[in-house]
Amino acid sequence: MAAIRPVQASDLPAISALDARLTGSEKPDYWREMLEAPGRHFLLAETDKGLAGFIAGEIRAWEFGQPPAGWVFAIQIDPKLRLRGVGTELFEALVARFKAEGVTRVRTLVDRKDHLILSFFRAQGMVAGPSLQLDKDLS
Amino acid sequence: MKLQTATRLGLYAVLELARDPDRTLSAADLAERFGVSNHHLAKVLGTLSTAGFVRGGRGASGGYRFIGNRKRTTLMDIVALFEPAPGQRAKEPGEDTDIGSALQRVLLEIDEIAEATLRSISLETLLAHL
Repeated sequence: MAAIRPVQASDLPAISALDARLTGSEKPDYWREMLEAPGRHFLLAETDKGLAGFIAGEIRAWEFGQPPAGWVFAIQIDPKLRLRGVGTELFEALVARFKAEGVTRVRTLVDRKDHLILSFFRAQGMVAGPSLQLDKDLS
Repeated sequence: MKLQTATRLGLYAVLELARDPDRTLSAADLAERFGVSNHHLAKVLGTLSTAGFVRGGRGASGGYRFIGNRKRTTLMDIVALFEPAPGQRAKEPGEDTDIGSALQRVLLEIDEIAEATLRSISLETLLAHL
């Protein structure tokens, strides 16, 4: 079982490295901003061997016309530690914080070709939400 | 979304059997539960058995049980046994026109969303949220 706690500035290099390893793109500024922006929940899970994963989100009110809801912006789990409940622990910890702030819904956006993360959120009981994301190529 | 009867029966049968992998149910048990013909369900169970999701005993009284992996098997894995893959269906008249191809893009968008949904739900997840 992993221990969950808020991310501190000293955790950012490990978080950025895990994310870069999994996504192929380095974005340390993005993670620093995630930590510094007011109102964000940025949590990590750690075992005695170090960082196991992290999750980030915040409550947004009237975003796209929708009443206040908790949004999950990012979740990453070390591949060696997947299928051990770390992601679920992080998700539940974030949801508990959202609930404590008074919201009753949690939302996220997922690449529809990313079956792994889609399956994860489905397993948490999430279903298609009220919005459809639209997109246009401007090139 | 409209699924063929065999697809729906395949999903019903595999989910019912996956509820309790230690339990054995006959084609007749399952047919009665879903209100369909024994013959129709036996054919569906044959497909599920060939694909390795269930194992069936021989004879009319032989029962079936789930032998797949509930966490790893998605609804799409079952649907794909019975429904033609989007790229494999025959071309419809009019698809080569400008209107036909624009309409095809819309229908493909719908197919992609449906497939992503079916692929994201494991038997375990669906059974946990009955």
